[in-house]
Amino acid sequence: MKKSVFLGTLTMAGLAAGLVSAGTLDDVKARGELNCGVNTGLVGFAAPDANGNWTGFDVAICKAVAAAVLGDASKVKYVPTTGQTRFTALASGEVDVLARNSTWTYSRDTDLKLDFVGVNYYDGQGFMVRKDLGVSSAKELEGATVCIQTGTTTELNLADFFKANNMSYQPIAIDTNAEGEQQYLAGACDAYTTDISGLAATRAAFADPENHIILPEVVSKEPLGPAVRHGDNQWGDIVMWTLNALVAAEEYGVTSANIDELSKGTENPEINRLLGTEGDLGAMVGLDKDWAKRAIKAGGNYGEIFAATIGEQTPIGLARGLNAQWTQGGLLYAPPFR
Amino acid sequence: MHMVTVSDAPEPGFRLSQLIYDTRYRSLTIQVVVFMLFVASTAWLVDNTVRNLSAMGKDFNFGFLWNRAGYDIGQMLIPYSNDSTHARAMLVGLLNTLLVSALGCIAATIIGVFVGVLRLSKNWLVGRLMTVYVEVFRNVPLLLWILIVYAIFTEVMPAPNAYRIDPATGEAAMSALLFDSIAPTNRYTAIPSIRFDRPLGSLDLGWITLSGTFLGFVAAVAAGVWANSVVRRRAVAVQNATGVRPTTWWKSVLLLTVPAVVVLVATGFHLNLPTLKGFNFTGGTNVSNSLVVLWLALTLYTGAFIAEIVRAGILAVSRGQTEAAYALGLRPGRTMSLVILPQALRVIVPPLISQFLNLTKNSSLAIAVGYMDLRGTLGGITLNQTGRELEAILLMMLIYLAISLIISGLMNIYNNSVKLKER
Repeated sequence: MKKSVFLGTLTMAGLAAGLVSAGTLDDVKARGELNCGVNTGLVGFAAPDANGNWTGFDVAICKAVAAAVLGDASKVKYVPTTGQTRFTALASGEVDVLARNSTWTYSRDTDLKLDFVGVNYYDGQGFMVRKDLGVSSAKELEGATVCIQTGTTTELNLADFFKANNMSYQPIAIDTNAEGEQQYLAGACDAYTTDISGLAATRAAFADPENHIILPEVVSKEPLGPAVRHGDNQWGDIVMWTLNALVAAEEYGVTSANIDELSKGTENPEINRLLGTEGDLGAMVGLDKDWAKRAIKAGGNYGEIFAATIGEQTPIGLARGLNAQWTQGGLLYAPPFR
Repeated sequence: MHMVTVSDAPEPGFRLSQLIYDTRYRSLTIQVVVFMLFVASTAWLVDNTVRNLSAMGKDFNFGFLWNRAGYDIGQMLIPYSNDSTHARAMLVGLLNTLLVSALGCIAATIIGVFVGVLRLSKNWLVGRLMTVYVEVFRNVPLLLWILIVYAIFTEVMPAPNAYRIDPATGEAAMSALLFDSIAPTNRYTAIPSIRFDRPLGSLDLGWITLSGTFLGFVAAVAAGVWANSVVRRRAVAVQNATGVRPTTWWKSVLLLTVPAVVVLVATGFHLNLPTLKGFNFTGGTNVSNSLVVLWLALTLYTGAFIAEIVRAGILAVSRGQTEAAYALGLRPGRTMSLVILPQALRVIVPPLISQFLNLTKNSSLAIAVGYMDLRGTLGGITLNQTGRELEAILLMMLIYLAISLIISGLMNIYNNSVKLKER
């Protein structure tokens, strides 16, 4: 009896000691699967479809990383996380990368010991209200009840916005986007606030999207991007350059349709380096030389992913806006592959 | 169980195997080993935590509590704004936890006692109805009850907008109840607020500001109660001396009501009716639905358990007690309140304590309905915005532990006062 308790304690200690791990890249390769933290359900960004397959703009990042590292875009385990659980899930090693429309902020990058490796969507916080409320500006929301996802930057922006405009409001804290949607539709809050992309995605899932408007005020900067744990720079580099590869591919006109053609060799040395026909960039981050090619093939370049998941042809209908290439007046600017 | 006593003379010298095979030492050995294991596992846990924290480059520091919180809270009992500190937000949450727990414990006890007694009723229908209530509520998880009640409140109640007078027809879809004083909505129930024209100032204790008017009111009521007890004691003394009890009821009524009324009139007490202005009702007090929902669900759920405890307590009192009471001519109601329940209490109180503790801890499910309790402020928003998981969770555990120990201590004092006195 005593002996078994003692042995049990030893086993527990051994198991827990196993948690202290080597590099994330080795872990992922050994596991043969990428654990990717995503939203619990935000249509267009990360949501399971009717067959239970995860699709969306953030999901595409997971797939591209899995394709680059494991050679198979389907080798991803999606871990749904709420605003409250996401950073803990990443810090504790439950997920290898967090691709969950999370805002890059100073304290998250430093104090929370995370590393945001880039921005995949430049967003801002907005408000959605019913059209029949007759409100045309967020500055008319004096005394309103506002639904807000707890554990987010929007919670603090909301307080700042109402304070700056000397207005009062009544916050209703909710845990997930689905809850917020339900409360808002039931009329338990006058306005729903989150990132504008999230509002558009939420509205697209309504039965009557035409009866709801997103107010023109953008009350904050919300650069959304994938995050990894601080300290594992090799893994951070892999995720960062996978994202950059998708952006660069769009800039250079590399698409999922022509990538096989282009990877036979082109006149453009930058494309050749990106696709591994010239030099061996992959070895510098511990991957083979086709890594970027696989990442791009998984779901297309940045522009293709955008158009397929949240673009103007989808029910979410977001314009490229700030998320256009720098050559098109946007902010997307991938550093050179050299 | 027999104690084997060995009367042989003890062998000289001490062998190590005696630690296990000798009953004189065995229990000591076991305790020492268990204690060592306990210390070892505690040390391991602490060491593991420290190492993992340093591996992540995090420190262990409660300094964040004094930083600006930056977020707003929907329901608060003390003044709070987004400029207040995280510690203040924690206090707001703690008070919300205590509020819903206290309301829940009181209501659950009342419901539990009634249902427990009624379940033993000879009336078949009443008895079965109570059985259905108990079985339905205690066999479905609490979280589901909270969500169901919340859904009913948000979906069935009208939005505040429904009370707005339509300029075209001159009528509103809904009108407030009781002379426009109470307006239930899907966010809150707007009730009149209490106002004083001539408040008595306030007492600032640093953390909490106590209203002087409230203190004055409490003092007046307390003085009335004390004076009333003096009157009653005198009456008993007169009765004991002369055998005739003087009439005291009108004195009691006066003593219990006049001081309170005098304070209210002196301070200019009046009710302020809620009015719909902009998006919401203002002027009155808005009792948030999340509080009501949580309170209702906790009450009904815990009430079912308390009902069973009360029933068990009553059944534990010998049938002879009832028969003896009947033989003395007591009616059934008085038999229950004067003979059965006082005896049942000593069986009821110990398990009742754990139900109170359960209710208090279950109130941390508040986040499901957006009620900002301790779990919602310290363990929710503060934890998330500061990233101090370990500190916030440890602090929260300590506070819940402290609340539980205080409830337990108070109930034990009460239990000692009602338990069978053995001299």
